Amino acid sequence: MAEEGQQHPLKIYWIMWGALFVLSGFSYATDFMDDGAVRTFLILLFMMLKAGGITWIFMHMGWERLALKLAILGPPVAILVLIWLMSLEGLYIEDTRVEYYGESTMEPETPGHH
Amino acid sequence: MSEAVLDGGAQEVPGKEGLVEDWARDKQVFGVPWGKAMMWIFLLSDTFIFSCFLVGYMSVRIATTDPWPSPSEVFALQAFGYDVPLLLIAIMTFVLITSSGTMALAVNMGYRKDRNKTFWLMVATALLGATFVSMQAYEWTKLISEGVRPWENPFGAAQFGSSFFMITGFHGMHVSAGVIYLLVIAFRVRNGFYEKRGGNYEIVEITGLYWHFVDLVWVFIFAFFYLW
Repeated sequence: MAEEGQQHPLKIYWIMWGALFVLSGFSYATDFMDDGAVRTFLILLFMMLKAGGITWIFMHMGWERLALKLAILGPPVAILVLIWLMSLEGLYIEDTRVEYYGESTMEPETPGHH
Repeated sequence: MSEAVLDGGAQEVPGKEGLVEDWARDKQVFGVPWGKAMMWIFLLSDTFIFSCFLVGYMSVRIATTDPWPSPSEVFALQAFGYDVPLLLIAIMTFVLITSSGTMALAVNMGYRKDRNKTFWLMVATALLGATFVSMQAYEWTKLISEGVRPWENPFGAAQFGSSFFMITGFHGMHVSAGVIYLLVIAFRVRNGFYEKRGGNYEIVEITGLYWHFVDLVWVFIFAFFYLW
């Protein structure tokens, strides 16, 4: 790092800014697609690209030293384990509700309000 | 702060070897101003809080046997005679991204010691943030008037309301706090507060980290709550 902290050419911010607009447009466009694996994949892809761009360029993480990168970006990986555990738990609770309360598993239909 | 002070004058080793050096040598681990390291650690803890909200939302959404309301219809708005799905949410997303851009420029102008431009860019960022919160207030008002409550709603699973109010409420609170934070720092930049302290404008970058984080969280909320 330079004496005065994170100084970079303005151009890189303009490019990132533009990319975020385009990616957000793509994210929004996924709402017009049919549900399915492709849509889910695209939602996650655009989300990760946006999150990565904001962290790497706007928050300057790309230019920080490895010690800081790992200290900040390492711990959130544990959240993946939490997601895995809680999805198992959620499925189990749903099963018991169906099994013991006789509730049916309904696919979300789209009950609009108009 | 100069690297020499943080580092005891030693040369910085890059890459993986540098990682070991940074932790093992008798010096400050992170070669950044302490304020910045602390902001990052605060943001790390905030990441866990928002993750808990989102994971909680995921597990109640999996567990419920009632149909989950379709966000693209619940959040649709009438425009030009059509129901446009997620219209307001999309506009809010673009407002927040725009504010992230002005913030990034403010940080850059801060390091160039262009106090006037830094001030105005931070004020613009704060105004965009306030616009975002206002639109969110409108969204809340609309949903509440339609009968959405934390414990029930007319569209389906009751958990929809509790997840919505908790997640967007907590995020909105962060944006509101950020607007105040930005304005405080912006006015200090303008009135020369930091000139008396050696003319160091890394505080603008630290404020920027918080602001970009708020935008970052919105990326995840938008994907998981509104699109999924």
